Amino acid sequence: MIINRRTLFGALMGALTIASLPALTAPAQAAEISGAGATFPYPIYAKWAEAYKAKTGTAMNYQSIGSGGGIKQIQSKTVDFGASDMPLTTAELDKSGLMQFPMIMGGVVPVVNIEGVKPGELKLDGETLASIYLGKISKWNDAAIAKLNPSLKLPNQAIAVVQRSDGSGTTFIFTNYLSKVSADWKSKVGENASVEWPVGQGGKGNEGVSAITSRTAGAIGYVEYAYAKQNKMTYVLLKNKDGEFAAPESKAFQAAAAGADWAKAPGFYLLLTDQPGKDSWPITGASFILMYKTQDKPAIAKEVLDFFTWSYASGGKMADDLDYVPMPEAVVKMVEETWKKDIKDASGKPIWTAAKM
Amino acid sequence: MADIALKETRGKPFQNLFDRVFHGTTWFFAMLVLAILGGVIVSLLDGAIPAFRTFGWNFLVTSNWNPVTEKFGALPAIYGTLVTSAIAMVVAVPIAFGITIFITELCPPWLKRSLSTAIELLAAVPSIIYGIWGLFVFAPFLQETLQPLLIETLGEIPVIGALFDGPPLGIGILTAGLILAIMVLPFISAVMRDVFETVPPMLKESAYGLGCTTWEVVWNVVLPFTRVGVIGAVMLGLGRALGETMAVTFVIGNAHRIKASLLAPGTTISATLANEFTEATGEAYISTLFAIGFILFVITLMVLVVAKLMLMRLQKQAGN
Repeated sequence: MIINRRTLFGALMGALTIASLPALTAPAQAAEISGAGATFPYPIYAKWAEAYKAKTGTAMNYQSIGSGGGIKQIQSKTVDFGASDMPLTTAELDKSGLMQFPMIMGGVVPVVNIEGVKPGELKLDGETLASIYLGKISKWNDAAIAKLNPSLKLPNQAIAVVQRSDGSGTTFIFTNYLSKVSADWKSKVGENASVEWPVGQGGKGNEGVSAITSRTAGAIGYVEYAYAKQNKMTYVLLKNKDGEFAAPESKAFQAAAAGADWAKAPGFYLLLTDQPGKDSWPITGASFILMYKTQDKPAIAKEVLDFFTWSYASGGKMADDLDYVPMPEAVVKMVEETWKKDIKDASGKPIWTAAKM
Repeated sequence: MADIALKETRGKPFQNLFDRVFHGTTWFFAMLVLAILGGVIVSLLDGAIPAFRTFGWNFLVTSNWNPVTEKFGALPAIYGTLVTSAIAMVVAVPIAFGITIFITELCPPWLKRSLSTAIELLAAVPSIIYGIWGLFVFAPFLQETLQPLLIETLGEIPVIGALFDGPPLGIGILTAGLILAIMVLPFISAVMRDVFETVPPMLKESAYGLGCTTWEVVWNVVLPFTRVGVIGAVMLGLGRALGETMAVTFVIGNAHRIKASLLAPGTTISATLANEFTEATGEAYISTLFAIGFILFVITLMVLVVAKLMLMRLQKQAGN
């Protein structure tokens, strides 16, 4: 009995000792930067981090916990940078002493499932798309759709509207576009990472939307460009601000970013939806990085900015491979100017001055 | 009890000390559970208070869900949670009962062990797998078979026809309920099997000896003997169905609307949380999500309380 108890006691103490070990031996490692936020750019950030670590030894640890979580984490300073699919307004940035810059772009593509309609055949404009998502247009042979597609024979079929059920940057960009092109949408629904949809059903994630769309006859949904492309979904052509029908392609997103007037957007508060340019795709969006203007740990901030410099300069090919759209060079220049001007250490000295390549 | 134990070991200093340490440690861990539970309630309530203040009691009975204007009502999520769980129970309990009778009373011995293991394995499948399977395999299957059938037959009957109205979308409240039924089935069945096996063989043998059929033995001997355990099994399944998240999120359609039809898309509390928590910004929005989390907690608590009351009443009856 006594032996048993002793053994038990010993085992208990042993277990306690083992449990307390990791706390005592905290790892001390050089050059490790961390970020958290948007899920949309996670694959490309992870890819860049891997390549950057192989090259420089600096590890970048990114948690894709969602834009909302990213903003919260940077505000509580548990990470070195936050990432958000929605830009913060200048007022919000100033309140927390943050600055932001666009890092990578992508697009949102409406996809349909109508018998006999092939990818790129159906043409829509913003007003019509908004009416479909408002439930005002409920049949594919509606006069408004027929007018845009004189050569296409569309069936007398109910439109099944599909949307993202989870809060996402994709939905934000999509609803922001609809708000820009339709006053009705703006007043009735508005723009956000999730909204009160007047009609339709929600699928979780791109895969959910795509599964429901491809299975329901007469469905329309919207997914990220990369997802639509890799799964060869039936995308539609959209009329852009210049009145041309654009196809969702890498160069159409770049055209949207190039056509945008970044110089006149304080704090890079700019959404790339409905931008001018003959080739520009109207539902384009950038994903943003958030950092503090005054850095408590300048050495780490410099590592972070070096990582982004490298990503801008050498990450384009990787972005293309994953069907993201790299930022145009002119915008990168502006971002780097802003770093020099805005990000400082406690004494007011700029942290980042030039790319070390 | 503790006093007696201490008296007995007096005079043996080490043992005395050991007993105290052991006593204290078990106390500590037991209290830790209570502290964690209390912490969960407090932090949920703390997060939810702004929403309850803003929306008041209306929060429970309104059905708008607008993150843009920050106007929220929890009714569709509460409705979806209760209805999907009810469907799951209606489907799963009789099937689990049948499976258990087969395993404990009718199954040839060589099949018994492998069948039991198979059912337990069903419980080990992660819920995300059920979700993906539900979305890509089960929902299309229902869309082509069961749902058109329901619409053409039950859908034509007045009154209850409203439950099976509308196009066969594949996903929706009914699909979510059926997936939940499959998921809770092994839990209910495994617990039922264990309690059925606690019935003394003598009781059953006596009944068989009197010429009872298998059904009569199960219904009149096994079930009354194991009533408490069987209710426990059902409540365990119900608890799991109420809180299940991932599988439901994939197949329920996630629409914050209440429709009479079971074929229409809906949402549940846990699906709403899974969908919207990551990207929720703004105090009212986050607080609302905390509030529905708290409501789910209350619903689960109520289920437990009702189960306990039912058990107490049953035991009283048995006593009389």
